[in-house]
Amino acid sequence: MDLNIAGIRLDVTEDGYLTDVSQWSKEIGQEIAKNEGIEMTDRHWEVISWLQEQVKNDVALSIRGIKKSGVIDIKEFYALFPKGPLKVSTKIAGVPKPKSCI
Amino acid sequence: MGTKVKKMLFILSKATIENAYAAFVMANGARMEGIESEIFFTFFGLEAIQKKKLEHLHVATVGNPGMHIPTMLGGLPGMEALATKMMKKEMEKLDMPEIGEFLEILSDSGCKLWACKLAVDMFHLKREDLIDELDGILTIGDFYSRADQDGCQLLFI
Repeated sequence: MDLNIAGIRLDVTEDGYLTDVSQWSKEIGQEIAKNEGIEMTDRHWEVISWLQEQVKNDVALSIRGIKKSGVIDIKEFYALFPKGPLKVSTKIAGVPKPKSCI
Repeated sequence: MGTKVKKMLFILSKATIENAYAAFVMANGARMEGIESEIFFTFFGLEAIQKKKLEHLHVATVGNPGMHIPTMLGGLPGMEALATKMMKKEMEKLDMPEIGEFLEILSDSGCKLWACKLAVDMFHLKREDLIDELDGILTIGDFYSRADQDGCQLLFI
């Protein structure tokens, strides 16, 4: 599937996740967030950077990992990304959709 | 995209660890998808929210064909503890939280946790015997009234 954001053609999965992380930029993240109904703040970006860092280091993302992160707690995570926090935040971050059930 | 399920209501009536985890994984999974979720703990399910008991839930080795242990052996002293220890080890490998930590995660995620009033009275429990994260003690009627919108599903475990 293709997605057109800020005049750039992006390859995305069926549910809208970038297939090539290197195509990601902050502008693209911003546009994806807008589509998800999220107004990005500095705090949102902090979490997005942390998620990208984790994926880069091959850490599997899970809600338990959020609890242990020391960057954000679960309550705030849900407050920042209300409709399915891990699903939405990873989409904005341009990283693959997490496969964990927990 | 999007699901028609808006809210999942679970009734946990058993104290076996596999049933507690089934309810927890599904309730947490719902929240992760942006679906509301609530758990009503009744009868032996109350063991999962009693401060003194929640870390001592066992897998059932008797009357559980899935364990592939002959019933006579499954009833020997220590069998449940052994099987539970083995199962917990496997779950830790999958990064599954323990019961207490899982309840914290659920509560922080906005999953409502309720105790059944009838069962609380029957087992002579007090509010302080139950976890701090508990949202309250309800009758089954109160719990039904939580199914307050289209797209609610109720599951008995």
